[in-house]
Amino acid sequence: MDQSLRERPVARLRGAGSVGLPEEHSPGSPLSVHDLTVAYHRKPVIWDIDLEIPEGKLVGIVGPNGAGKSTLMKACLELVPRSSGEVRIFGEPYRAQRKLVGYVPQRESVDWDFPVSVLDVVAMGTYGRLGWLRPVNRRCKGLAMEALEKVGLADFAHRQISQLSGGQQQRVFLARALAQDARVYFMDEPFAAVDAATERAIVGILHDLKRRGRTCLVVHHDLATVEEYFDWLVMLNMRVVASGPTAEVFTAENLRKTYGGKLTLLSEAATAVSKEAGGAE
Amino acid sequence: MRKGAGILCVFLFLATAAAEASADSWRDDFASVVLLRDYNTRLVLVSTTLLGIAGGLAGSFLLLRKRSLMGDALSHATLPGIVLAFMFAVHFTGTGRSFAVLITGAAVTGLLGCVVVLLIRSLTRVKDDAAMGIVLSVFYGAGVVLLSIVQHMPEAGTAGLESFLYGKTASMVRADFYLVSGAAVISLIASLALFKEFRLLCFDEGYARSMGWPTHALDVLMLLLVTLVTVVGLQAVGVVLIIAFLIIPAASARMWTSRFGWMLALAAGFGGASGWLGAGLSALAPGLPAGAVIVLTAAALFVLSLLAGPDRGVIARTVRARALKRRVERQHLLRGIYEVLEESGPAPHLAGDSVPLIPWAVLERKRSWSPRELRGVVRRAYRRGLVETMDRDGVRLTDAGARAAARVTRNHRLWEIYLVEYADIAPTHVDRDADAVEHILGAGLIRRLEASLPVAARPAADGVPASPHPIR
Amino acid sequence: MEWYVFDTWIVAVGALCAAACALAGSFLVLRRMSMMGDAISHAVLPGLAVAFLLTGSRTSVVMFIGAAATGVLTAVFTQWVSRLGNVERGASMGIVFTTLFALGLLLIARGAERVDLDPGCVLFGAIELTPLDVVADWTVFGVHLEIPRAFVVLGVVFLLNLAVVVFLFKELRISAFDPALATTLGLHAGFMHYLLMTMVAVTTVAAFEAVGSILVIAMLIVPPAAAHLLTDRLGTMVVLSVVLGVFCAAGGHAAAVFLPALTGHDAVSTSGMMAVAAGILFFAAALFAPRHGILAKGRRSPRG
Repeated sequence: MDQSLRERPVARLRGAGSVGLPEEHSPGSPLSVHDLTVAYHRKPVIWDIDLEIPEGKLVGIVGPNGAGKSTLMKACLELVPRSSGEVRIFGEPYRAQRKLVGYVPQRESVDWDFPVSVLDVVAMGTYGRLGWLRPVNRRCKGLAMEALEKVGLADFAHRQISQLSGGQQQRVFLARALAQDARVYFMDEPFAAVDAATERAIVGILHDLKRRGRTCLVVHHDLATVEEYFDWLVMLNMRVVASGPTAEVFTAENLRKTYGGKLTLLSEAATAVSKEAGGAE
Repeated sequence: MRKGAGILCVFLFLATAAAEASADSWRDDFASVVLLRDYNTRLVLVSTTLLGIAGGLAGSFLLLRKRSLMGDALSHATLPGIVLAFMFAVHFTGTGRSFAVLITGAAVTGLLGCVVVLLIRSLTRVKDDAAMGIVLSVFYGAGVVLLSIVQHMPEAGTAGLESFLYGKTASMVRADFYLVSGAAVISLIASLALFKEFRLLCFDEGYARSMGWPTHALDVLMLLLVTLVTVVGLQAVGVVLIIAFLIIPAASARMWTSRFGWMLALAAGFGGASGWLGAGLSALAPGLPAGAVIVLTAAALFVLSLLAGPDRGVIARTVRARALKRRVERQHLLRGIYEVLEESGPAPHLAGDSVPLIPWAVLERKRSWSPRELRGVVRRAYRRGLVETMDRDGVRLTDAGARAAARVTRNHRLWEIYLVEYADIAPTHVDRDADAVEHILGAGLIRRLEASLPVAARPAADGVPASPHPIR
Repeated sequence: MEWYVFDTWIVAVGALCAAACALAGSFLVLRRMSMMGDAISHAVLPGLAVAFLLTGSRTSVVMFIGAAATGVLTAVFTQWVSRLGNVERGASMGIVFTTLFALGLLLIARGAERVDLDPGCVLFGAIELTPLDVVADWTVFGVHLEIPRAFVVLGVVFLLNLAVVVFLFKELRISAFDPALATTLGLHAGFMHYLLMTMVAVTTVAAFEAVGSILVIAMLIVPPAAAHLLTDRLGTMVVLSVVLGVFCAAGGHAAAVFLPALTGHDAVSTSGMMAVAAGILFFAAALFAPRHGILAKGRRSPRG
């Protein structure tokens, strides 16, 4: 059991990070979380989270409903207040590294009646790089178009966003993250209630990102596809139950060892949850 | 709070206003207001109190349906109805001062406005807020147009209309009193009779519909109730300030309770109290518009509730959040010390002179604490008698601290094992406080958890199991 | 009824007011904060009163600052109440603006002998009288122009709003569409919120001095809501709502001038008529909008 619970932490190099360095010299891991506790109202939602994520991995974050997966992500991005702990992106606090971080929120978080085209939404990914006041230029639109091609929605560029299906909306969000060209991506349930085509498209994008050395953290529900999609796994249930290479953490033998007889129950519960649209986290 | 300060200013204002009257007459006034000696004052006080009760009840439903501003749209939408009714009455009876006719007109267009809001929302992509804004401004605009026609009508003065717009609380007459009391009684009866149905509708409309309840009819009934209170209240406090009666007491009540029945009762109480106190204050200080004073009284009660509400109040929540943070810090400290001492052996001595001091630097590394934060945490633990501080060199646990550290660490590790072994049950929001582990999991399960640990990690002599994972 | 130069000025003032409001209102509607316009326009009353009581002057600048400041405060208080008390935003808006309005009434009543503020004027405005308050007297190409003060004030506010919308278009768009993303991209959504609130407050104050608070709300909300039904592009929606607003202003005043002549009454309230015109326009858009109109939807739905 012991070796399954925690990989040897990757050496943490603090304070040496800098935004401008080329990728090969990135200091620190893309995400290191230490002691993170978040509480809503009076009860903690996640407790004492310690995480070290190595660069260039596709990281699945799994756990039962209400385990705090989305909360962990939002706390890393400072979208919810932390009760304690620290989060470092490439060795620096998040605020200093915003430009390196891409966020793909849950689909329900925005108003899909908003009067913008698909291309407009994807171009929003470039706003951070543009900064204040500079208008959206041709180059941004070009980047947005490239990203749309990657998710297979180039033909839809000038549609209004409400005319897309749920899966297509999810791909638009993903394209927006691609246009942002971040180095570490936080994706909140991108596979929730999407069609098979979208699921394939998302997997393709994830692999493309991995090839380019990017790190992706993905909140995921379906244990059946975990091995196939991710090479690193974080099992979360208020605290980190296990974190490590999927091959080590998620082998049948290891799972039996970790969960005892509960595995079938667990995967059943997880599958049932993933079938519910969006999950209720 | 700046708002609190603002309201304080208002009370100072009131105080000075009251003091302007000579002391003797002031005492007389006070007595006559409190004891309801004066007939007119009595009428006004009782009317505004009843109105407050009715407003609190009707407003509670609006608040729970997340439609508080519907009262806003509704009260503005009454204007064209009032003016039309006035014109109608002038045309047929020669005078437009009939209160009953005016409020009938008000009720008709007010309800029509609500229905239009609901229609816009369900038929177009325009959202709630814009639909209310559209109805409010367009209906009111139409009212203004009609009013400008009336003002040029040679037949009658518009005296009766003025009071509808700003409220003429002080000039209520017996007929108004009957109307207001009637409305209050009706809203009381309706909320009692339909208590169960309204609760279901507020809580879960979809479920209510699936159970076969006529939700649309209930919705309209609820809006009728609000309309009734609004049109009756127009006379008392005016077109803008009746909105306050529909929102503020209900919002105040919400700060004190999460139970539906209690909320209705409290909202009625807050509404009644605001009406009584506000009208009383304005009777004491002539020249102050009663409607405004009533609203400010209600607002003062709201600020009080906002601060002092036992569960949702600002003070309670701040205290709670701080206590939680402190508790987490304290447990981190105790567990951190335990883990450092544990390196010397599986069942370490935790307290006593033979135990070495733990240097500050070691603890800092244990947690993501800055030296300053750590000193704060240790200082608070010291005050609780958990650690002895040796200023420069480091920290040592007291006997009590040692017991607490062992308990905290044991609970923490048992929870860890539990979450690993039984991860299919998400114990979301369990309170993982000190002794809670036995209470929640039960002694039997804990024995099983302990038994499931590998031999090397069995609980040591002090009952603390070894950590199921390497400690860094 | 006849049309005078006077009437042209009224339309011009109304049109500028509508255009300035539509610029700010578009984003208000998209952020689902339409009622903030209503709240702010009511809540500026104590600002006016305090500004007057403190300075004893009715000069526009002081009043303007006082009122605009209370307008922004309304937004701040609303945010506080809803965050501190976990109160729904609509309710907290209602609490704040009714309280401020009551405070304003009280202040006016206290200083009644000194303050020449008529709540009726605040609510209804007096657009018919704006051409009387002339600020400049120019002769351009032989045409004698008496420029009303309201025209200048609203013109400045319109240009300010235009500048904000043009230069911060992308920031306004992203913070309205996805505030969380805006914040993670380093474009502070909170700042944009208060910038928009300031725009609304300044516009409201400038406009209601001239045209009354009801017309302000009508112009803030109705044309953008109608434009939202007609288009799926934000840029188009903003431009369209300006055009619709101007159209309402012109149509409203024309109706106010010519309609009563037909029915035999005197002239009716122009600001009321403008609101009614906006309502009719919205009704038409809701029915006949090409894709999102009720009729178009009705035609589509039977087929699936």
